[in-house]
Amino acid sequence: MRLYLKFFSLHLKSQMQYKTSFFLTALGQFLGAFTSFLGIYFMFMRFHTLEDFSFGQALLCFAVILMAYTMAEMLGRGFDLFPQMLGNGEFDRALVRPMNIVFQVLAAKMDFSRFGRLMQAILVFCYAIPNSGVVWTGDKILTLCLMVTCGSLVFFGLFLVYAAFSFFTVEGLEFMNVFTDGGREFGRYPFSVYGKNILRFLTFVIPLALFQYYPLLYLLDREQSVLYMLLPLVALLFLLPCYAFFRLGLRRYKSTGS
Amino acid sequence: MKKYRALFRIRFINALQYRAAAVAGMTTQFAWGFMEIFAFAAFYRVSRAAFPMTFSQTVSYIWMQQAFLALFMMWFWENDIADAVVSGGIAYEMVRPLDLYSRWFCQVAANRLARALLRCAPILIVAFLVPEPYRMSLPPDLTQLFLFLLSTALSLGVVVSFSLLIYISLFYMLSPMGVRIIVAVFSDFLAGAIVPLPFFPESLRALVEMLPFAAMQNMPLRIYSGNIAGADAWQGIALQLFWLAALLLAGRFAMDRALKKVIVQGG
Amino acid sequence: MITLQNICKTFRVAKRQAGFGHAVKALFSREYELVHALQDVSFRIYDGEMVGYIGPNGAGKSTTIKIMCGILTPDSGVCDVDGRTPWRERVAHVREIGVVFGQRSQLWWDVPIIDSFELIRDIYKVENRLFQNTLDELAALLDLGEILKTPARSLSHGQRMRCEIAASLLHQPKTLFLDEPTIGLDATAKIAFRQFIKKLNAEHGTTVILTTHDMQDIEALTGRILLIGNGRILLDGSLADLKKHASESKTLIVEYVGAMPALCDGMTLSEAKEGRIVVTVDPSALSVSDAIIRLAAQTELLDVSVSGASSEEMVAALYKEYRI
Repeated sequence: MRLYLKFFSLHLKSQMQYKTSFFLTALGQFLGAFTSFLGIYFMFMRFHTLEDFSFGQALLCFAVILMAYTMAEMLGRGFDLFPQMLGNGEFDRALVRPMNIVFQVLAAKMDFSRFGRLMQAILVFCYAIPNSGVVWTGDKILTLCLMVTCGSLVFFGLFLVYAAFSFFTVEGLEFMNVFTDGGREFGRYPFSVYGKNILRFLTFVIPLALFQYYPLLYLLDREQSVLYMLLPLVALLFLLPCYAFFRLGLRRYKSTGS
Repeated sequence: MKKYRALFRIRFINALQYRAAAVAGMTTQFAWGFMEIFAFAAFYRVSRAAFPMTFSQTVSYIWMQQAFLALFMMWFWENDIADAVVSGGIAYEMVRPLDLYSRWFCQVAANRLARALLRCAPILIVAFLVPEPYRMSLPPDLTQLFLFLLSTALSLGVVVSFSLLIYISLFYMLSPMGVRIIVAVFSDFLAGAIVPLPFFPESLRALVEMLPFAAMQNMPLRIYSGNIAGADAWQGIALQLFWLAALLLAGRFAMDRALKKVIVQGG
Repeated sequence: MITLQNICKTFRVAKRQAGFGHAVKALFSREYELVHALQDVSFRIYDGEMVGYIGPNGAGKSTTIKIMCGILTPDSGVCDVDGRTPWRERVAHVREIGVVFGQRSQLWWDVPIIDSFELIRDIYKVENRLFQNTLDELAALLDLGEILKTPARSLSHGQRMRCEIAASLLHQPKTLFLDEPTIGLDATAKIAFRQFIKKLNAEHGTTVILTTHDMQDIEALTGRILLIGNGRILLDGSLADLKKHASESKTLIVEYVGAMPALCDGMTLSEAKEGRIVVTVDPSALSVSDAIIRLAAQTELLDVSVSGASSEEMVAALYKEYRI
């Protein structure tokens, strides 16, 4: 942990060497998320509701996904940039260090300019929390926290899978964007609006709905069962196959060296 | 002309090398298109009356957008050009016997076209085969198809000349990465990449439709879907022509200035 | 001690051909070929030895180094470094070795060197006092001083390389792998580098394994040479052995007036200019003095100089001999 903080401070120090670039990039990140928000706003100005969710409720989804994704990306950026790390041989360096590989990849890159997007998520939370019609009691607040942290970990698992794929191919990685970028973009509405099949897929295969749609129902008192509140924790099971897949990729790398 | 054709060929072969990337890209765009359509369908169920296009127009708009993504999206970035500008390597480019602006224009256009052509066919085929109401429809008539093709070409020109203007502006900028993201985010949004322009609030829409961004993907996609037809389409094409000319002039002018700066300062 | 026994490694590589038609075809099917990177490689390196590992590009040098570092698992064979199998006990193994990849950096680009060093200290869990001692010693030997407070991006290539080497030695490894460490260094930096490595080996008994294309590195540093080509060890011996093995051709540089002399058997022309030729003489077919007499008979010689093969040429000749 101390070592992680050391990496953290070195990354911060490095990125602060280019302040203009850093803040402009952060601004770009903020604006990127802001146009997504504008898109939602325009649609709700015209239609007022979506299924039986109000503007504030959709924004709650949007903010949860955005924050979960951004935190995963900020700290797990090393996995996002993993193909480059493999390409330029930086990964070989990691292999000759006496440390856990996942930890090293995790610590290799951190991108703080993503805080621009985090700001957007926080602003949207500020609007959505009082305007979503949720009665905020202790268990609701806990649910929201679980949604964000577990969501972040699920996205992290997806990054891990992405990195694992790059052990096998450098070209076909784009399809993972459906789940990572796609999860972020389409998670702006409750996943139920995309139809039953999509919802099922996002429940049992890639468990994005477990930390977005179902606990939202709990927040809105449409489901009373505590299970709905705890589903984000169940989503964490997803990390197991992700990690196993990464180990598999690593084994292959060590036998092919490419 | 021959050298431009050679340039084009190289780019095309280059793009062909990455077959897995192409397959993955198509899968992504395909899934993406479906998700977009599902989201619009959900709003359509809320209120048909409030829907500013017909549903089938929206479907066509999204499929065509996904099929020709590489043609229109501002966030595709030519790293070697941007690097040449930022690092001052542009000075070496000047020793080659080609007009630099035309060369870059060609390179960017060729790259976009190669990627788009490689990827559009499978997406279009599937988009024509999926069940109603998600199936893409053909343009209403041949004139409309012709207008669409014309508008697509102009749109590509506008996108390329606008992006060249940004590359050149990197000369004067401190942070290429930041500028790139900010510009891409805004122009894509105003071009109707996130929400088609008809879904914008009325007052804003009137203004946005006059901007150069409206001359990008907005125009050909809406002409194809039949949302803009007849005289309106011709008017839109005139607007595209106007912006293309303006951006080309501005780009050439900015390029001359930038090159002079390189010569004076030695890079 | 490092022991390699019958190490084999094969890669599968996709074929790529030029041209538009092939590019389209490759979309649908791709041919692969097997590359035998290492075939039955065996050798033994004792503690405190300095070994030069040479061979042309693609001969299998990096593959061997990667196996010894634990980055790569071989298909078959035994590799034992001080009782450890590198790829099975990665963490325990890499703690005891230092690696310098000449073309890649392990330093942080934008922060002062000392920050990178302290991070490495924490990664290897080096005790603070020991670290300070090692650092002081390395800083004195490599003349790091002020450089430590400078970020890597503002250093020259030579300065950065010195820091890279120091970074690989902070945890006092028993074995040091140097993968093309002198690439791109200027003459002074190369000499300083060689002196440092010599001293390190003499004072700490560090085992050094060095791959390089610069034969002067080998001449200055290593008593022993391993020559690899097409995945096989072709020669394991001293520089003198190598010299004996290499064909002992001589080079004649001849300046003359008049018509260019004709060459006879045993002479090959390697360069010709107006009034000057460079001829390689194969001593087994023709003695050097005979060669000069033959040339002198045909034209008026102004100047003749004779030289043996340099180590560079020797290696080139060896590569040729083994067809690698």
